[in-house]
Amino acid sequence: MVKKVVNKKRPVNLDLASMSMPVTAIVSILHRITGVILFVGLAFLFYAFDLSLDSQAGFDQVVSTLQTNFLVKFIIWGVVSALMYHFVAGVKHLFMDMGYFEELQSGRIAAIANLIVAAILIVLVGVWIW
Amino acid sequence: MVTQVTSFGRSGLYDWMVQRVSAVVLSLYTIFIVGYLVLNPELTYDQWSGLFETTWMRIFSLLTFLSIGVHSWIGLWSISTDYIKATGVRFFFQALCGLTMFVYVVWGVQALWGL
Repeated sequence: MVKKVVNKKRPVNLDLASMSMPVTAIVSILHRITGVILFVGLAFLFYAFDLSLDSQAGFDQVVSTLQTNFLVKFIIWGVVSALMYHFVAGVKHLFMDMGYFEELQSGRIAAIANLIVAAILIVLVGVWIW
Repeated sequence: MVTQVTSFGRSGLYDWMVQRVSAVVLSLYTIFIVGYLVLNPELTYDQWSGLFETTWMRIFSLLTFLSIGVHSWIGLWSISTDYIKATGVRFFFQALCGLTMFVYVVWGVQALWGL
């Protein structure tokens, strides 16, 4: 008969709350979150796109709303910000597919660079909209 | 091998590749549209509609709409299979996403080709 080997010391539960997410994990989950935001935000973009091509009046409506309505400005800033982040993280992902930034050190640097570049782009988009 | 009936190409490698090809299309379109709008701050309706009347822009745009469809399908499929464990709920979520993607593609086509 085979003796059952049970290692009593193995961890049964991992307390997820006791672990902090490394910067690489934060960058990764933000890529997913911005993807979901974009999927929902696309409804606004398609609506504006459709209206802007519909007629001169529709085009004027899109332009004036984007220039005057704070809520609309804020929404479009949010959606375009998500797009900027998702874009930068996607480019980083493609580099990782090619074998770059896969070590702990380079991976962390690339993740931090991702956050910085995305933050700069998001600020620039804000300046552009306002 | 476990075959997934809900994945886009029924194969992880195929989905992996489609996700990257569509990503390149989407990034090029993003760069183009943002660049165009930044460089044309005094954009008029005639200019804007004229751009989308050109054949190359319609091809580029339609390619982008289709890329949005497959890219978001593969992305949301990955997310839903990771986080939604109950089959029924996951199926419902994926069905909703699939319908929304289809609506986006048709909406885009209608905006481009008018009535």
